[in-house]
Amino acid sequence: MQNTNGALTSNTLPSVKSKDKKLWKRIAQNWELYVFIAPAFLYFLIFHYGPMYGIQIAFKNFIPTKGILGSPWVGFDHFTRFFESYYFWDLLWNTLSISLYELVVGFPIPIILALAFNEIRNGFFKKMAQTVTYAPHFISVVVMAGMIITFLSPSTGLITHVITWLGFDAPQFLTDPKWFKTMYVFSGVWQSAGWGTIIYLAALSGVDPTQHEAAIIDGASRFQRVRHINIPTIVPTITILLILNIGSLLGVGFEKILLLQNPLNMEASNVISTFVYKSGLVDAQYSFSTAVGLFNSVINAILLITVNQIVRRSSENSLW
Amino acid sequence: MVSGVKETRRDKIFLICNYFYVFLAFIIVFYPVVYMLSASISDPKYVGSGEMWLLPKGITFEGYKRVFENAAIWTGYGNTILYTVIGTLVNLAVTLPAAYALSRKDFVGRNFFMGMFMVTMFFGGGLVPSYLLIKELGMVNSMWALIIPSAASIWNIIVSRTFFQSSIPKELQEAAQIDGCTNMRMFIKIILPLSTPIIAVMALFYGVGHWNSYFSAMIYLNDAAKYPLQLVLRQILVLQEMAAQGGGAMDMATASALNNKAEVAALMKYSVIIVATLPIIAVYPFLQRYFVQGVMIGSVKG
Repeated sequence: MQNTNGALTSNTLPSVKSKDKKLWKRIAQNWELYVFIAPAFLYFLIFHYGPMYGIQIAFKNFIPTKGILGSPWVGFDHFTRFFESYYFWDLLWNTLSISLYELVVGFPIPIILALAFNEIRNGFFKKMAQTVTYAPHFISVVVMAGMIITFLSPSTGLITHVITWLGFDAPQFLTDPKWFKTMYVFSGVWQSAGWGTIIYLAALSGVDPTQHEAAIIDGASRFQRVRHINIPTIVPTITILLILNIGSLLGVGFEKILLLQNPLNMEASNVISTFVYKSGLVDAQYSFSTAVGLFNSVINAILLITVNQIVRRSSENSLW
Repeated sequence: MVSGVKETRRDKIFLICNYFYVFLAFIIVFYPVVYMLSASISDPKYVGSGEMWLLPKGITFEGYKRVFENAAIWTGYGNTILYTVIGTLVNLAVTLPAAYALSRKDFVGRNFFMGMFMVTMFFGGGLVPSYLLIKELGMVNSMWALIIPSAASIWNIIVSRTFFQSSIPKELQEAAQIDGCTNMRMFIKIILPLSTPIIAVMALFYGVGHWNSYFSAMIYLNDAAKYPLQLVLRQILVLQEMAAQGGGAMDMATASALNNKAEVAALMKYSVIIVATLPIIAVYPFLQRYFVQGVMIGSVKG
């Protein structure tokens, strides 16, 4: 994601003596490009930097009639209230445990699946399997939640039938807090594991076939070739995705959790992002909820930077 | 691959395990989909009891009939199509020109704009400040609240920029510049006609995003007549079920009545899921190529 070239390389224009003059000339010549970028610039300025300006209400007692500037400062009051609240540790634990669970289960599966797809030579079967496993990615969150609820329904659900058919007692998936995280993580794997293989397959298509040929001549087995040729090829991709994943550790799939939450599984499903939504938009505690959200973003940013630094020290595959 | 080399027994076992693993993934994803299709046209009695497990049993179209009689679903459908079309057009109008400008090496300030956009990938104001801003701008309860605040995604700008940089010959642009072609003309007459793949990819990514999104609609729209399909689905699929979950002990008659009601409700759910997802699943196999292309362009370090 870096620009390797500075902005001052152009070979289309004759060189002018003074650098400044040349620069202005180039700006003037390309004025239309500024028109091109204007909508996007305004959009990011208003809808992304605007809310960043609004973050200050986390340190104020925001009163809508007084506006952001007119509201009184309260310093870190909202933060201390949040850290001292009885639910703080539960929220943090739920958020982190769901993310880590998701990372541990969900991250390796697409990698293994991509390596397996890559070994398959039967074109028709490969295409078929890919098309089918990619498809759930396009199912909306609401439909996905609807499917989970329907399939896990204690009286009529498919999964319930399968479990009783196998001779076990089906648990109350939807209302038992013990099962919430598993239900969330595995439905996520079902939905996105196939799609997640694409990026690895793209990397695998770059493997030099002569390497495999040489390995075959040297008597390497298929498994050895996967292990020593294919896996090292995708390591950079794996690293980058891992960094990005860890950087969004606290931003756990808020929309799906919100849909699957109910009073009975709350003790396991209450995470920071849904808490921000409930306290901010449902209970209108604007300042408090902004403070919680800010805490969340800051931790995420710190995590991302830390992980990136660690990776940077140990290999060359860092984000920046 | 090299052929003619004899496969050893170990290689064969490895391959068989491999096929088995892929086949398993295929079945795990495919089976629930087939099940839903069958369940949506089966007698709920068989579905509820588990007798229907693969092929439809006691075929009935009652579920679909109820879905088609439901006016809310139709308005939702209409609204979703409207929001998706307008939203995607806005997305393209913002994304493509910006990405083109950023792809030009002689664009002064390119790094500044890129940096400014990239920051938003990792840091944002959060839910409440965004909500207050949109309220301030008077967009609440209008469709613009679903369209303008998501006018562009930095990810898609990067993907498009990468495309413009790598797939359009530089010489062509330089030649046009020397001939005195203005940037505007160049973009419209030369760049866009050569960029059909990326336009398709972007339209699809943004389009699916609009089609599937529910959260913005949930927080910004108060008017049921403006609800997109996903919100209507939420009422049918998620909220009702939660209501039926409560309840402890009850007498037999109530229990069986409830159970029957639950069965009919479940039948309708399968039909609703199919009706809502069918458009996307039906066009998807033909467009899969483009989606995959989009992911691949994005995976190249820009």
